[in-house]
Amino acid sequence: METEQLMINMGPVHPSTHGVCRFKLIMNGEIIRDIIPVIGYLHRGTEKLGEMKTYLQFVPYTDRLDYISAMPNNYAFVKAVEELCGIEVPRRAEYIRVIVMELNRIVNHLVAIGSWLLDLGASTMIMYGFREREKVLSLYEMLCGARMTFNYIRFGGVRDDLPPGFIEKTREFLKEMPSRIADYEALLNDNEIFLMRMKNIGYISAKDAINIGVTGPTLRGSDVDYDIRKLQPYSVYEEFDFKACVRKEGDSYARYMVRIDEMRESLKIVEQALNNLPEGKVVSQTPGIGTYRWAPSTVSTFFPRIFNPPKGEVYSRVEAPKGELGFYVVSDGTNKPYRVKIRSPSFCNLNAIGTMVRGLKIPDLIAAFASIDIVLGDVDR
Amino acid sequence: MNYYDIIVWILNWLRVYEPVNSFLEKYGIAIILKLFIIFVVAVIVLAFVALTVMLLTWLERKVFAHVQARFGPMVTGWHGLLQPIADGVKLFFKEDIVPAKADKWLFTIAPFIVFVPAFLVFVPIPFGKSLIVQDLRVGIIYIIAVSAISPIGVLVAGWASNNKYSLLGALRAAAQDISYEVPLALSALAVVLLAGSLSTQDIVAKQQDIWFIFLMPLGFIIFLIASIAEMGRIPFDLQESEQELVAGFFTEYSGAKFVFFFLAEYAHLFAIAGIITTLFLGGWIGPLIPFLHPEISYFIWFLIKCYAVIFFAMWLRGTVPRVRIDQLLGIGWKVMTPLALINLLLYGFLMALGVI
Repeated sequence: METEQLMINMGPVHPSTHGVCRFKLIMNGEIIRDIIPVIGYLHRGTEKLGEMKTYLQFVPYTDRLDYISAMPNNYAFVKAVEELCGIEVPRRAEYIRVIVMELNRIVNHLVAIGSWLLDLGASTMIMYGFREREKVLSLYEMLCGARMTFNYIRFGGVRDDLPPGFIEKTREFLKEMPSRIADYEALLNDNEIFLMRMKNIGYISAKDAINIGVTGPTLRGSDVDYDIRKLQPYSVYEEFDFKACVRKEGDSYARYMVRIDEMRESLKIVEQALNNLPEGKVVSQTPGIGTYRWAPSTVSTFFPRIFNPPKGEVYSRVEAPKGELGFYVVSDGTNKPYRVKIRSPSFCNLNAIGTMVRGLKIPDLIAAFASIDIVLGDVDR
Repeated sequence: MNYYDIIVWILNWLRVYEPVNSFLEKYGIAIILKLFIIFVVAVIVLAFVALTVMLLTWLERKVFAHVQARFGPMVTGWHGLLQPIADGVKLFFKEDIVPAKADKWLFTIAPFIVFVPAFLVFVPIPFGKSLIVQDLRVGIIYIIAVSAISPIGVLVAGWASNNKYSLLGALRAAAQDISYEVPLALSALAVVLLAGSLSTQDIVAKQQDIWFIFLMPLGFIIFLIASIAEMGRIPFDLQESEQELVAGFFTEYSGAKFVFFFLAEYAHLFAIAGIITTLFLGGWIGPLIPFLHPEISYFIWFLIKCYAVIFFAMWLRGTVPRVRIDQLLGIGWKVMTPLALINLLLYGFLMALGVI
């Protein structure tokens, strides 16, 4: 039955838009005809700030992109600059980076699934997720003093070596986590109502997903084996045994399952990294950049002035928990980047929402939107 | 025996009933004593239910919190036991806001239309062999009829608030209550068929040998699901789904009026638990507890069963997500109603064949 088309505004302040995202919905009765995301409510000009700040000063800004998983953001920018300058990174530092990034992937997926279920009205999962997240956050607190905005990964390594007790605590977490994931699965996987809300909701075909530029678990849920850690291995990912988690269905449930599987894979990676953790320095003293002795109080004042990467440009990408995170950095030889362009996974994945929800109802929009797992800080930059 | 008789018995035991009665009868106004006793009964029931409701709000938080690996209220009193009082005081001291464009008269009356039936339902629910306000001959019909008044109050609240979220919530609540009233009544009817009576005490007495839950598991499941939907609790809390409708029909309510909605919600939960206990779980029937008056023992059994049902509802809230509105109505009409009809038909046949 055709009825009058109705435009409904959803957001920017809405409990289920995960921040300040706004949708213009063109409705036909209960059915969504079209959806227009309106973004920019959290725009902080991060890319422009990149041109104003020195290289090191920009690292803390990357924390604020995807604040749920800040480590990969740190790393993605640092990796771009390292590629630009050809900085050698000690192996121990690379291992530590992998450990913290994979722990962050677990945190991200816990928050993603938790807030998703919260949107569906089941508030238990987020409490469970935050319980485990808390453990990782206290690990991070041991490591760098911060719980969300870490500013931990540095050009040529990481800021600090692992503190005493970190490895034991991480092992404890690794031991506990598989049973917790089994708990989540017991709570959700065969829950009839959960399946009703998930199966065949927010479907996106592999072709559409690729055309739109979707990456990460959202793409892998649509039967595309695309994981940068596998396809274009960076850091020391080649040395670990893990698999890219792919699901065929392409609906919300597939994306949920991908996230659950990825948490398991991340645990495997962290375990292997801890077992093979090499000894040595955690930050390099690379010639040409200026030798410096690591000291927390002096580096922020003294390091940025002398760090002048050579002229050139680089695009470097990593597999952040939400998808492909790319940094395009242009250097003009001064101590500040000429241009920093961020290809953020949340922004690109958000484009898929239209394809996913056309023809569905508003509650399905909420479920499908949460299944993409975006952070508005990452969308608006 | 019911509450009235008990109070008369107590007054007789105190040797005040006869003198007062004969004194009043002399002037032909003995009805005053009757009215007074009825008033006392009403106050007792109201106070008991209100206290239970306060306990339930605390229990809900604690159960829900422990399901979620939290503690819930811990500061006020032992394990936060005084939290309901703190909440009540806070809410009663709040400003009573009526929105400028609201229909003031309806806005004020709506909480009471919801609140009063939630308490009226307790009239035919037997808390013990003689702990009943009145054993109505049409007990079940009365319960279904009275609990069907609440949705009107919800609709009135939603309409009077003059807020689109409230109105949507109210319309959803009405649609939901209508859809689930049918399977609810049909499965209750099957119980009536088994018991051969509409009176709640007769139904309980019929379960002396075997509880109806074992005799009619399908009916029990239908009744349980339908009554959770009727209460508007997760997974069927579409009328107040935060992610879609802020707080549904009571979005605009604050202070004391909100308290009445809140109380009504939990009174409803307690009433439903009582009804399920009466219809399916054998009511107050249970082995006599030694050293206790049988009446107290019955009462304890009733409460244990009641709280088991309540605990299930709270547990469920911590476990499942919410269904979609069309799925909710779909389940109601396409699954629950036919199943309830089949259930009724099946037990009709079984009764006719003399199997049960």
